[in-house]
Amino acid sequence: MNWTDIGELAAVPIRGSRIVKTQAGCIAIFRTSETEVFATSNTCAHKGGPLNEGIVHDKKITCPLHNWVFSLETGEAQGADEGRIATYPVKVENDRLLLDIDALATATA
Amino acid sequence: MQKLVIIGAGMASGRTLEHITDASADAFEITLFNAEPRGNYNRIMLSPVLSGERTYDEIVTHDDDWYAARNIRTRFGEKVIWVDRKRKLVMGENGEVSYDKLIIATGSTPFIIPVPGHDLPGVIGYRDLEDTNAMIDAAAQASASAVVIGGGLLGLEAAAGLRMRGMEVTVLHNDGHLMNRQLDEAAGYLLQNDLEKRGITVMTSANTKQIVGDGKVEQVRLEDGTEIPANIVLMTAGIRPSVLVGQEAGLKVGRAIEVDDQMRTSDPDIFAVGECVEFEANLFGLVAPLYDQAKVLANTLLGVEDSFKLRELSTKLKVTGCDLFSAGDFAEGEGREDIVFRDPKRRVYKRLIVENDRLIGAVMYGDTADSNWFFGLIKDGTNIEEMRETLIFGPAYQDGSATTVDPLAAVAALPLEAEICGCNGVCKGDITQAIEAGAHTLDDVRAKTKASASCGTCTGLVEQVLAFSLGDGFQVTAEKPVCKCTDLTHEDVRRLIKARELKTQPAVWQELAWKTPNGCPSCRPAINYYLLADWPLEYQDDLQSRFVNERNHANIQKNGTYSVVPRMWGGMTTADELIAIATAAKRFDATIKVTGGQRIDLLGIKKDDLPLIWKDLNSAGMVSGHAYTKGLRTVKTCVGTDWCRFGTQDSTGLGIKLEKKLWGSWTPHKLKLAVSGCPRNCSEATCKDIGIICVDSGYQISVGGAAGMDLRQTEALVDVATEGEVDEWVTAFVQLYRENGKYLDRVYKWVAKVGLEWVKEELANPQTRIDLIDRFALSQSVYQTDPWADHVSNRANQYEPLADLTMEAVT
Ligand code: SRM
Ligand SMILES: Cc1cc2nc3c(=O)[nH]c(=O)nc-3n(C[C@H](O)[C@H](O)[C@H](O)COP(=O)(O)OP(=O)(O)OC[C@H]3O[C@@H](n4cnc5c(N)ncnc54)[C@H](O)[C@@H]3O)c2cc1C
Ligand code: SF4
Ligand code: FES
Repeated sequence: MNWTDIGELAAVPIRGSRIVKTQAGCIAIFRTSETEVFATSNTCAHKGGPLNEGIVHDKKITCPLHNWVFSLETGEAQGADEGRIATYPVKVENDRLLLDIDALATATA
Repeated sequence: MQKLVIIGAGMASGRTLEHITDASADAFEITLFNAEPRGNYNRIMLSPVLSGERTYDEIVTHDDDWYAARNIRTRFGEKVIWVDRKRKLVMGENGEVSYDKLIIATGSTPFIIPVPGHDLPGVIGYRDLEDTNAMIDAAAQASASAVVIGGGLLGLEAAAGLRMRGMEVTVLHNDGHLMNRQLDEAAGYLLQNDLEKRGITVMTSANTKQIVGDGKVEQVRLEDGTEIPANIVLMTAGIRPSVLVGQEAGLKVGRAIEVDDQMRTSDPDIFAVGECVEFEANLFGLVAPLYDQAKVLANTLLGVEDSFKLRELSTKLKVTGCDLFSAGDFAEGEGREDIVFRDPKRRVYKRLIVENDRLIGAVMYGDTADSNWFFGLIKDGTNIEEMRETLIFGPAYQDGSATTVDPLAAVAALPLEAEICGCNGVCKGDITQAIEAGAHTLDDVRAKTKASASCGTCTGLVEQVLAFSLGDGFQVTAEKPVCKCTDLTHEDVRRLIKARELKTQPAVWQELAWKTPNGCPSCRPAINYYLLADWPLEYQDDLQSRFVNERNHANIQKNGTYSVVPRMWGGMTTADELIAIATAAKRFDATIKVTGGQRIDLLGIKKDDLPLIWKDLNSAGMVSGHAYTKGLRTVKTCVGTDWCRFGTQDSTGLGIKLEKKLWGSWTPHKLKLAVSGCPRNCSEATCKDIGIICVDSGYQISVGGAAGMDLRQTEALVDVATEGEVDEWVTAFVQLYRENGKYLDRVYKWVAKVGLEWVKEELANPQTRIDLIDRFALSQSVYQTDPWADHVSNRANQYEPLADLTMEAVT
């Protein structure tokens, strides 16, 4: 584990998302509630839509381009669609966001 | 005998003393300092003292006799200045005393937000009897008002107390909902509601800028310019551990005085207990863990092995009539599941958070009868797999008698006198009688019994009664619900938002019994629209409930870039505007296209560049064309009398006027207008949502055209003689559509539903038109602003990545 500070929690709106640029591509940080965050690949498994621009609801994200829905917990596409987006460990500590950048390395390897 | 000195006679040291003296009457020779001029009292009961429900005498826990009986030397009203660890001396204001063992139990102090004016007389914290009495005195003055900064536990208890003493009270809370550390949005909403019903004004997302006054507090000014008069300002925005004594003695202090699990500080003879300690990076603010600490500390001093462990905490608010409970971890999280129960009529909300078949958190409002049972499950980590289905109904359901919950069976099992419709007091028997008498549809039952005719939340139940009475003979209503989050239709929701004055999304979710924690992509944009259309002043537009285009104020393209369309009023432009557009297009490498809406589209703009290009266009005097909105798009015009040899009126000028009037307004779906100078109709007015054809005698206004997936010609609304009347009718029509249309119904669909005749009848009344226009103007006073300029100055950072780790070494 290599927890890297990527900014303050408050910078991500509740039920909103921001991206982090990494060597493994853009990672979307989703904030589903006051204190809950998820990190996934920002690239939709359908046609590459930018997931951070979708609508966050419950623990899911709906892609802005063609409305595929992904679970932020498992990365699995929901309903009839089939596909998966990568998920990454992220956590909140003292109102800061920490991303495990080692997991990015394994994901690309 | 060993000498034990204690600094601070508060709740933690009080409990420690009880344990020590109970166990051994003469283990120590004890000296007790307290800065307050009194001994230990039940600090948490200051709130009932404030509200007048208790007196101070009733909350004293240790009186003079108590200390005397235990041979405790009390030095009350004497502050400890310094501890000399080398000589093992404690210096009080009135002299020193030596110790073998020392306990620091100094508690904490209110955090005073350092805004300008925070030091004016009349600004108080809420910690001790002096503070409480100061508030009671202030409330005794005629027509006094108080501002409470901080809507947490303390602030709300104070607010309720002051209100009970007759003060005008305003609570300012910087977060979006009250008690945000203990409650989720839904419970926070109910709480706010209850407080408002008592006459307390609650302002959320409110940031204090300054406390203003000449020699004493007079008013509080917010960041947004609001000014609130105040005789006192109460700061309840948090507490700070009192660590000074420990710090100056050179003890190890982080955020508070660090202790191990035996409450020992970095000096083996010095202990600390209560809110002034830090244990494994945790601070404390509630008494339950302090009582555990007190027990451990007493044991340690008496040589009995013991160790302090963190435990689950729960919160209740001591405001009579506001029943709430929160415990454990209620944040959503990976692998966690919510069980939600809402009963809008009884104003009950319960949410359980389950992880790995264990209950880890609970939030309840309105009915907290089972809270202890749930708290027990949390503390014990009980496996709840078996009772998961009925868990939320509490312990009464867990004895095995309640079987599977089939809704129809449940309804069938209800006795005839069971109430189905609370609003109209209709019981099951009334409905079955009506059904026997021939009412076979929901509407029939509504007409005969009034069941589900008011708030509508029992519609599902009424339908179930119909279904089990009629069997296959009953078909559930045709009009579809908004989405899977609710059984209500759009029309129901709109009606209820108005009738029950629901002004926030959590209010809608709670009062209308939403089945999901916070909606879905179908209902969120719709509810957001309904709320902002009905309550323009009160509701705060929620960008997270908007589709990307409306959130980012540009059209997303298939490759993730955006298109940008500046407004070109009535299709008119100037050389300077064109130069600015061309320059911007070059700078941001845009593709340029002339749209079908008489203006220019700049395509392929990167998200990071949006604020930059907007700034360029803004400084050339252009604003957003809203080419992405469910709102006013364009007013197309033709050249009219200015140039055309057939033109009968100034169609271009009228189009520009209408566009300037209507731009920025949000509507159920997009709204397009056109004005043609004569019946040749070069601006295609007769296939727009609203079309105006100029004729010699004036103007023909027609509505409900479409040229998208459906092709339709407009139908005549009215013929008028002057431009002023066009403005009046068009504005009134737009507002009528805004107030009644279903989200995502274009004008033609809405008119087809309500009937053009109804629209005409409504608008025929001049007073109705005036009222509609007034409400439109009110909404425009909030929403007719350029979103680009707003985002450039207030949200530009949201367009940048949160962080750039591409340079970070990944090992
Ligand atoms: C840019 C433009 C095409 C062009 O290059 O000319 C355009 C582009 C889009 N139109 Fe359109 N429409 C454009 C004029 C029209 C017109 C013609 C007009 O306004 O005179 C129509 C038919 C008239 C009408 O609205 O009835 C039109 C009927 C539609 C529809 C069908 C609406 C319907 O109710 O049936 C959609 C789909 C929708 O809104 O749900 C649509 C949706 C779209 C979207 C927003 C699709 C989307 O959701 O991404 C397109 C965005 C393209 C992009 O990436 O920027 N567009 N669209 C035109 C912008 C006009 C402007 O200046 O604002
Ligand atoms: C209005 C109110 C309502 C509350 N309601 C609840 C509730 O419902 N539930 C709950 O769990 N908790 C509640 N609390 C919090 C609870 O009261 C505290 O957690 C608890 O009192 C802390 O105990 P303590 O002994 O650490 O500090 P305190 O009780 O504050 O005692 C510290 C004492 O040390 C004295 N002192 C400080 N410095 C010195 C010095 N240098 N020399 C001498 N004396 C000094 C202070 O004067 C004070 O008397 C409430 C608090 C308030 C103010
Ligand atoms: S007609 Fe279809 S492809 Fe063309 S701009 Fe409109 S929505 Fe896009
Ligand atoms: S690209 Fe995400 S749904 Fe098509």
